[in-house]
Amino acid sequence: MKYDFFVTGDPIILMSQIGIGLTMIGLIALITYLKKWTYLWKEWFTTVDHKKIGIMYIIAGVLMFFRGGVDGLMMKAQTSRPGLELLNAQHYDEIFTTHGIVMILFMAMPMLIGIMNVLIPLQIGARDVAFPKLNALSFWSFFVAALLFNISFVIGGSPDAGWTSYFPLAGKEFSPDIGNNYYAIALQISGIGTLATGINFIVTILKMRAPGMKLLKMPMFTWTSLVTSVLIVAAFPILTIALLMMTLDRMFGAHFFTVAAGGDPMLWLNLFWLWGHPEVYIVVLPAFGMFSEVIATFSRKNLFGYVTMVVSIVAIAFLSMLVWVHHFYTMGNSAAVNSVFSITTMMIAIPTGVKIFNWLFTMRKGKIQFSNAMLWSLAFIPCFTIGGVTGVMLAMAAADYQYHNTMFLVAHFHYVLIPGVVFAVFAGLYYWWPKMFGFALNEKIGKWHFWLFVIGFNLTFMPMFFVGLDGMSRRMYTYSESTGWAPWLGFSAVGSLVMAAGFAALVYNLYWSFRYASRDVGSDPWDARTLEWATASPVQEYNFAVIPEVTELDQFWKDKKEGTNKIKKEDIKDIHMPSNSAVPIIMGVAFGIVGFFLVFEMFILSAIFSVGIIACLIANSFDYDDGYHIPAKKVLETERKWRGDL
Amino acid sequence: MKKQSMFPLNHVLGFVLSIALTVGAVFIVYQTDFSASVKMNIIGTLAIFQALIQLIMFMHITEGKSGGINIINIAYAIFLAIVVVAGSIWVLTTGHAAM
Repeated sequence: MKYDFFVTGDPIILMSQIGIGLTMIGLIALITYLKKWTYLWKEWFTTVDHKKIGIMYIIAGVLMFFRGGVDGLMMKAQTSRPGLELLNAQHYDEIFTTHGIVMILFMAMPMLIGIMNVLIPLQIGARDVAFPKLNALSFWSFFVAALLFNISFVIGGSPDAGWTSYFPLAGKEFSPDIGNNYYAIALQISGIGTLATGINFIVTILKMRAPGMKLLKMPMFTWTSLVTSVLIVAAFPILTIALLMMTLDRMFGAHFFTVAAGGDPMLWLNLFWLWGHPEVYIVVLPAFGMFSEVIATFSRKNLFGYVTMVVSIVAIAFLSMLVWVHHFYTMGNSAAVNSVFSITTMMIAIPTGVKIFNWLFTMRKGKIQFSNAMLWSLAFIPCFTIGGVTGVMLAMAAADYQYHNTMFLVAHFHYVLIPGVVFAVFAGLYYWWPKMFGFALNEKIGKWHFWLFVIGFNLTFMPMFFVGLDGMSRRMYTYSESTGWAPWLGFSAVGSLVMAAGFAALVYNLYWSFRYASRDVGSDPWDARTLEWATASPVQEYNFAVIPEVTELDQFWKDKKEGTNKIKKEDIKDIHMPSNSAVPIIMGVAFGIVGFFLVFEMFILSAIFSVGIIACLIANSFDYDDGYHIPAKKVLETERKWRGDL
Repeated sequence: MKKQSMFPLNHVLGFVLSIALTVGAVFIVYQTDFSASVKMNIIGTLAIFQALIQLIMFMHITEGKSGGINIINIAYAIFLAIVVVAGSIWVLTTGHAAM
């Protein structure tokens, strides 16, 4: 095998290596200087509290958003003028590959799972998720996988076969470097965590709802999270197996995906998209749930057509398992295959359309407040509709032969995923920030963030529809003047800078609000409707002093109107809580080390370190810690602090 | 349980049906002149019915607290198996591979 341990010979990479090294040393020195190691270890690294795990997911997601965003800016810079040589073809390949993987798996997923972690137990009136320690393991395996994937560009080289890693290109024959091993191993490790999260949330939502909360009385975000979890459990094992087969092909000379010994490269595409298409809905469904909550709250109305909303989500989830072939119509399927998958794909537009109209009708005759969270939801509807309509265009197999692998497709999925996921995450962050941290984000800086980002987004991706229709295929690292694309792509590059300015405004907003925002926001700053607002901000570790009883959808709203949102002193009992555990983080680190050696195909070392994983499992089996109790007196004290009267 | 009568009608019916299905399979394999693939298809179909009878009448899958959940789980598993296995075979063996 040929590889250099450190990627060498490029000044940009050398600078990054030095930069990363200095940042690490600086960070370690700073934490040591502030004597924060014990605090971090006790309060964060070993925590099993769903709220803290959620916050760590969100922090990791923001960092990954920055990394993926920088990748995007570099691509836009490279294609801004014809014939530029800022990046060579190899670098461009690596950058669009990592951009895709980082944005989907290490940005969108943790952001959404993070918000789910913080909110689901609160929305259903529970004190934690069903398996708190497993939840921590999910986080650490994701986090370690993200780190492993990110070191690839300084150690060993990044994967360069696209985020889809199609065979035969991604096979050993055409990609002998270890870059694609990073793809197989890092995704595998993070997939384990995601699968565990899916199981955890299904059990939590089915088994731990507050008394009286029937399935059809759950908040919409809880519903979408439940359906997403079911989809995770359905789809992620397919990725696990596909990646395993890829690993066997690349490291052990198997031939699942190589034509050489009777394998079939199309099998990889087939399995990848059997997971990949549901994955799109795994990230977009919780986002739909967030918009539903935000739009209902800021329209001062209950959600229009709650039951049709639920039916639509389930229908979308069901259909999402039946459309995967639309990603490779051009492989030359029979007419029957392409027709069936065209029809199922177009059918998805129906439940999605129902949802769009439900949101519009929720707003109709409502008293709309243009808070930041609501602005993101309002911008989502038209932008996402453009993405949806172009999706129906792509769904037609015959027409797709023209659009396939052009910039038109790239523009389409950015118009779906950015409004569908990124806008939702921003809406969710502005909306739930007070609940998570006890202060609101600044609305004025938030407006800058909103307008810069939304305008920048449209400037960046709208021109890509037109160059796509004009024949520009995706993943081209440069083009000639004579194509006539230069004005469109130049325009698009400027747009990406505006979008980056929007992100900078968000970062400034986080900083400003952390330093100066009022800490006196109360438990319910938006006059909201669902149970998470019935408890303190930031939420106490035990969530609810008394588990609420539910008789209606929007229970908290009803309680507020009828004045029944008070708890009684006598109802407060000792509260049982799970203890912190070091097993998840140690196991995560062990996964990381094993993964690292596997990437470099050092099998003996990775076998030695995988003993660490097994040891953690054994240690966990002998862990008889049943948790601890918070005495009622202490609960009462904490509750008095924010309720005042009790 | 609701229908706790003296005569175990369900069990007897299940027993008779499962015997009938088994004998039917044997009869088709040894006493008919169908081609091998037709035989396989018929006994495969009989086997599915056999499994259903066993699950419902003897293993009481629909009864008890988690009866409904069991049914949902099995339906979910069958749906996924059909989509992933049958779907993949259909997609990969028509079109380019068949040409």
